[in-house]
Amino acid sequence: MAKEQNMKLVPERKPAAEGNFYVACRNVIGPGMNERIQRLRKLSVETEPSLSIERALHETAFYKENYGKYSVPMLRALNFHDHCQKKTLYIGDDELIVAERGPRPKSVPTFPELTCHSVEDFHILNTRDQQRYTISDEDVATYAREVIPYWQGKTIRERIFSHVPDEWRAAYEAGLFTEFMEQRAPGHTALDGQIYRKGMLDYKRQIADEIASLDYLNDPEATDKAEELKAMDLSCDAVIVFAERHAVLAEKMAHSESNPQRIAELSKIAEVCRWVPANSPRTFREAIQMYWFVHLGTITELNGWDAMNPGHFDQHLAPFYAAEFAAGTLSREEAKELLCCFWIKVNNHPAPPKVGITARESGTYNDFTNINIGGITTDGKDGVSEVSYLMLEVVEELHILQPGNSVHVSSKTPDRFLEAACKVIRQGHGYPSIFNPDVYVVELLRQGKTLKDAREGGCSGCIEVGAFGKEAYVLTGYLNVPKILEVTLNNGVDPVTGKMVGIETGDPGDFASYDELYAAFVRQLNFIVDTKIRVSNYIDRMFAKYAPAPFLSVVIEDCISKGRDYYDAGPRYNTNYIQCTGLGTTTDSLSVLKKHVFEEKTFRMERLLEAVNQNFAGEEFVRQTVINKTPFFGNDNDFADDIALQIYADLFAAIDGKPNVKGEVFHLNMLSTTCHIYFGKVMGATPNGRLAGKSISDGTSPSHGADTHGPSAVVRSLTKLDHTQSGGTLLNQRFLPSLLKRDEDVIRLGQLVRSYFTLGGHHIQFNIVDTATLKAAQETPEDYKDLLVRMAGYSDYFNDMNADLQQEVVERTENESF
Amino acid sequence: MLKPLVFDIKRYSINDGPGIRATIFFKGCPLNCLWCHNPESISPQVQKLFTTSKCIRCGECCRVCPVNACRLTPESVVTDNDLCILCGQCAEACPTLAIEMSGRYRSTEELLAIIKKERPFFDQSGGGVTFSGGEPLLYPEFLVEILDACRKQGIHCAIDTSGFVETETLLKVAQYTDLFLYDLKMVDPEKHKRYTGVANRLILENLQALAGEGADIQVRIPLIGGVNDDEGSIVAAAAFVASLPGEKRLVSLLPFHDVAGGKDEKLGQARDLSALYEPDQETLQRVIEVFSGYGLTASVGG
Repeated sequence: MAKEQNMKLVPERKPAAEGNFYVACRNVIGPGMNERIQRLRKLSVETEPSLSIERALHETAFYKENYGKYSVPMLRALNFHDHCQKKTLYIGDDELIVAERGPRPKSVPTFPELTCHSVEDFHILNTRDQQRYTISDEDVATYAREVIPYWQGKTIRERIFSHVPDEWRAAYEAGLFTEFMEQRAPGHTALDGQIYRKGMLDYKRQIADEIASLDYLNDPEATDKAEELKAMDLSCDAVIVFAERHAVLAEKMAHSESNPQRIAELSKIAEVCRWVPANSPRTFREAIQMYWFVHLGTITELNGWDAMNPGHFDQHLAPFYAAEFAAGTLSREEAKELLCCFWIKVNNHPAPPKVGITARESGTYNDFTNINIGGITTDGKDGVSEVSYLMLEVVEELHILQPGNSVHVSSKTPDRFLEAACKVIRQGHGYPSIFNPDVYVVELLRQGKTLKDAREGGCSGCIEVGAFGKEAYVLTGYLNVPKILEVTLNNGVDPVTGKMVGIETGDPGDFASYDELYAAFVRQLNFIVDTKIRVSNYIDRMFAKYAPAPFLSVVIEDCISKGRDYYDAGPRYNTNYIQCTGLGTTTDSLSVLKKHVFEEKTFRMERLLEAVNQNFAGEEFVRQTVINKTPFFGNDNDFADDIALQIYADLFAAIDGKPNVKGEVFHLNMLSTTCHIYFGKVMGATPNGRLAGKSISDGTSPSHGADTHGPSAVVRSLTKLDHTQSGGTLLNQRFLPSLLKRDEDVIRLGQLVRSYFTLGGHHIQFNIVDTATLKAAQETPEDYKDLLVRMAGYSDYFNDMNADLQQEVVERTENESF
Repeated sequence: MLKPLVFDIKRYSINDGPGIRATIFFKGCPLNCLWCHNPESISPQVQKLFTTSKCIRCGECCRVCPVNACRLTPESVVTDNDLCILCGQCAEACPTLAIEMSGRYRSTEELLAIIKKERPFFDQSGGGVTFSGGEPLLYPEFLVEILDACRKQGIHCAIDTSGFVETETLLKVAQYTDLFLYDLKMVDPEKHKRYTGVANRLILENLQALAGEGADIQVRIPLIGGVNDDEGSIVAAAAFVASLPGEKRLVSLLPFHDVAGGKDEKLGQARDLSALYEPDQETLQRVIEVFSGYGLTASVGG
């Protein structure tokens, strides 16, 4: 009966029209969404992000009363439990999957224990044009009265900044690197399939066993472990309580509801919330709600850098779907509706607002939940299932900001799946991005994971990989590699500010050869990396000691058995990444210096640097010569590509294997997100002809406009790098819609991807949008409200991006018809 | 042996035969089609291209020119074509690429090295190399050599030809060629002469001969609004293709786009294309139906 009703509600999905690009499909809701989903989507998309001070009020009151009474892990767990008991609940009309982090959709709590926003911060957040978060004057006043005075001087952020050495501060302020954890906790992790087999009650039993077996006589850490384990136990209770409160609320709402269909739905919600997360899920729907409670728990307990991530969600849901579909208790349409509800739930959760340099380098509402679709299973088989295709349909039809999504294409992935993904890409929302498990499994193996754990891996957030459910892989911040060259060319001084920010590596006019110049660059690089790592290690200890995450520790494997927190080497694997940005800009600049100064002697070093220092003003001849008469990265030209290889090798040498404070090591990553724009802002002109303030190249992509030989040449240049040395590379390609007009063209795109992956590429993403559309969107933003474009590693609304980001997308090399 | 003059090499070419291809464009063409979108492909000589908007008047070209053919004007630079020896030194010196030389003599080894770089893309897509132009068959000896070399490497080879070539030459080259992309402008001889500068008897006979040899052929019809999009032209073309010996050939329709303006300007020439237009969707649909009526599958695009 219920099935019949649903069949009517959900129209049969029709394939999107051919050539259905953004202009044509603007504001048109996809064909497969039923009315419920249309309403939920509309509410989610149209609700403005706002700030909720509720969590901060609960926490401040709790700390005032309890600080000093408990161990730190217990204090954190009690605080979490307290909030879960008190927080305002929300069950919206139409909802099937329930619970919000804030009191209502798009309402974001603050985390004053990490970063306490000032009254001025709130004012800026409330009034700025992009990434605005509304907050009432009354709430600001309450915050100023209740929250700010308590936390002032005690936040993790303030404690970090009061401890950093001068050379770190100088380099940080110059924009040589960023620091992820200065205002948010190390986050960025994803789950494996454990929570679909174990409920919180099972975890509690496991924790109790560990506590019972602690050896207080022989294990010097036994007491610490006991506190951590008790905190984990309590945090399991917190999410159970949180879910039960939803069950009670749903029942209450059912009592006062008159629509019989909704009464049935609310009763079902109550039943589901009574069962999960306490117990392991029995159905497709319970599995989604299970994940969602765990997701909310981890992002409410603390503000991790980037939201939680379900990992290979299609693979986790596939057995539930298959069983219920076979039994006739779940139709394809019902499953898709539930997935849509989940997708919208994630979209209801913008990232908590950032401040300072971090806000400058990461201007987005996106909180980087990235659903991995397809890929391979832990036993190495093809992971694509019907749920994978359902997810692609959901992605295409909802076209919303969050969650991010990626398809994972191994040599075992069927062409049908790749083609389906390419058809979604053709729609021009900038997703899904495409990853290569055949390569990233090797990356993870190289880092020391077991084969099974490596295969469970994938990407969370943007392009960085980790062993899902078993690893804390902390992104520590971006490294501005072109800026390191800039500082080298100024003997340690930042030419933008005139301050000494590096070390003296010699007057560039004195370098007798390219090799001498390059050696100076490498010395500078090592100094900057070491400066960063020193503070990263300090911050890691701050979180381990003062801001543990007992709930996150429950769901990441080995934390319970080790009795250690997620932030304190509890997980099976503990990686720190440094993300190096601007390989293209650095390569091209060094290529100019090598060719024109040292080999062909077109210009003397002084002459070239003078032009650079003057931002090429009145030096168009020099600028045009370097731009047009130099081999640049991304053209399958060995002169330039060999330089890129050398830089990549030296980045690897500077970072990989440096010890972190969790008994493991740092690894290289080549992610940029939007940081290449901020990094460009803090730089003068560069020898490759890039003007001052313009963005540097993103990820491992060629510099904008530098790749003039088409995508196959880009692919060949990129795959000269050994991607397995890093924890992720990033290749951005912009294609004109006309290049994907016919279905054959879509197949060609898939084949281009296969070629890239066969040659060892890690990741590729496409923007399918023409310059005219982007320019029109700049001029009449109101007409392009849902124009999603691909940034480096995620999609964002073009309208939500500031002018610099917009310009950056416009300037990317546009691949036209070949 | 005559080394061919090549004016462009396109990688990730997806409109010139099956799969992802590398397309080599030879310079020089016996036809002079009014609508040609690659006007620099017609002359069999090296040509100097000039983009006025890119010129920054730095005077480097004048400085390096061995015969003083370049002269700086208040707006940009002019070349005295009577003096110019097409040595290319000015293009070499020009920092902005305002001056470019179209056409470079390429050896088999050189081209093969470039083609081989694309192998991963060929392998994944069932692609290969396409020799286009201009008219690649202007260089038959060279073609045979490079086709043979590609064949030994297992690389699929296509030739995009106007068909205006000695029958014997065509059939010789056909022995080394996997696929012909054979351009058929129109069947009406007078019209053909008027718009392309040559009679089409040889072209039609060659197509028949090639088909008779059992060669793999895709017929390409540039569909030019105002020239050959009328019922008569379409029916004649469909009837001709349908009458070819052997299996039914696939037909690709290449609708006219006015994109050559910029290239004409670079060549310092002008054409009046005002009578030509891009056929609309309706026309394309009708054309496809006409071909279908003859049992032929026609589709838009290469």
